[in-house]
Amino acid sequence: MGVYTSVFWHGLRRYATYRAATAAGILTNSVFGCVSAFVLIAVWEARPGLAGWDAADAVAFVFVAQALIGVVAPFGPSLEIGERIRTGDVAIDLIRPVALPAWWLAQDLGRAAFGAVFRGVPTFAVGALLFTLTLPDGPAQWLAFAAATLLAALVGFGLRYLYALSAFWVVDDRGVQAVAWLVGPFFSGMFLPLALFPEPLGAVLRALPWSAMVQVPAEVFLGDHTGAGLAAALGFQAAWAAALLLAGRALTATAVRRVVVQGG
Amino acid sequence: MAEAGAYLRLAAAWFRSAAQYPLSLALLTLSQVGAAMSSVLAIVFVFGHARVLSGFDLGDVLFLYALSGLAFGLADFAFGSVEQLGTHIRTGTLDTMLVRPVSVLVQIAVDRFSPRRLGKVVPAAITLCYALPRLDTDWTPARIAMVPATVLCGAAICTAIWILGASLQFYVTEAREAANSVTYGGSALTEYPLSIYGQDVMRVVTFVVPLAFVNWQPALFILDRPDPLGLPEWVRFAAPAVAVALLACAALVWRTGMRRYASTGS
Repeated sequence: MGVYTSVFWHGLRRYATYRAATAAGILTNSVFGCVSAFVLIAVWEARPGLAGWDAADAVAFVFVAQALIGVVAPFGPSLEIGERIRTGDVAIDLIRPVALPAWWLAQDLGRAAFGAVFRGVPTFAVGALLFTLTLPDGPAQWLAFAAATLLAALVGFGLRYLYALSAFWVVDDRGVQAVAWLVGPFFSGMFLPLALFPEPLGAVLRALPWSAMVQVPAEVFLGDHTGAGLAAALGFQAAWAAALLLAGRALTATAVRRVVVQGG
Repeated sequence: MAEAGAYLRLAAAWFRSAAQYPLSLALLTLSQVGAAMSSVLAIVFVFGHARVLSGFDLGDVLFLYALSGLAFGLADFAFGSVEQLGTHIRTGTLDTMLVRPVSVLVQIAVDRFSPRRLGKVVPAAITLCYALPRLDTDWTPARIAMVPATVLCGAAICTAIWILGASLQFYVTEAREAANSVTYGGSALTEYPLSIYGQDVMRVVTFVVPLAFVNWQPALFILDRPDPLGLPEWVRFAAPAVAVALLACAALVWRTGMRRYASTGS
């Protein structure tokens, strides 16, 4: 366990090094948050009560989504393992006496933890300063949101690990990553809340893993789920996290058995 | 003109390089098309709920989106790679470019040039063709001429913004994402009528970062709408002047940045 804790801290400290990049990220996420917030405020002015939300709920959704960018990384960064597979450096990773997926999970959770605290919180704070937005009622709802965020990070990693593993087969994983960066933000509700999607598209997207990255945690934040509904929402995220992580482990085993590392 | 020739030859070389991984090239192009499509879809979904946003209907907003998408898409197509300046500085590849007998700006702009970047332009062009006949406006010759002029000036303004944003990386190497807030952020902002953002934002994007001239001000003329800021009529025709001024400003800032660049060393 010790080695994974250590990898976690290294992942966290690695991102902590780039302070200007973090500040730039907060600026960009805040600008996009403001643009989306203004658009949704106009929509809710035209259609008050749409999706059971008021304008303050919609604005909160937007900034929770922007704050989650640093955690679930729907636009990247891609896991470095994709690049390492392409260059053949993965051979060194395979020599290490640790499980490959767990190593990268620990490192990515370090990145996510840093992103949550130093990128997500400031981005949300900018939104709270500039707009009227809904906050969770009481500590129980904050706690539920924290759990949903952790599960979102696991789902985000699970997906990005699978994208990166594709490099074992297609060698150059950039195309796969590019499609992933397109699909992720759109399917997760980051561009536009899934509640605004026409049915049945909205319902289909809600069942897919991407919605566990943004849509579900944001709904938990707004208190849309209570009691059994909350358990179902968190269970949905946990089920996708488990399925993706297990798929990642199984695919790693297959890849290691039958793929020749680049360079012979 | 030698610069343009170098650009074309380097672009052809990078194109051959990109074509070596056909699956990646196809997927990368597809992702650019998809990114543009997802913006269009978001607009359509939004207007599925609200028929009119601050006096603009779906057709008007698709028109605004198409103008902005074409301007940003063309700028990204030709000059988008300049945002990688920080990476070139950090890894030292900028030094390699400095010893070659071609303008550094051309080399960076064409770096990893790939036809995938046209992926953003095509959906915007299709949207424009779809939106134009559906606009409720009196098509005088001046209004018709304004459409291509807007695309041209918009692309020039976006190119200048891209270069200005990238030049920031001469001073703060890791600041790539900060420039994204005006490039990609500006592209997202100009998809909708600026009037939904309120007067303060409108003043900023008119007088500070002149995104209003990419599509909004010319569109007010084409669609014959009043300016919510009450600016004089001639402002609607100011895009060419803004484009020239901003390009001059970008050239100056880029040259200043290049002059003070002293390599990262080691």
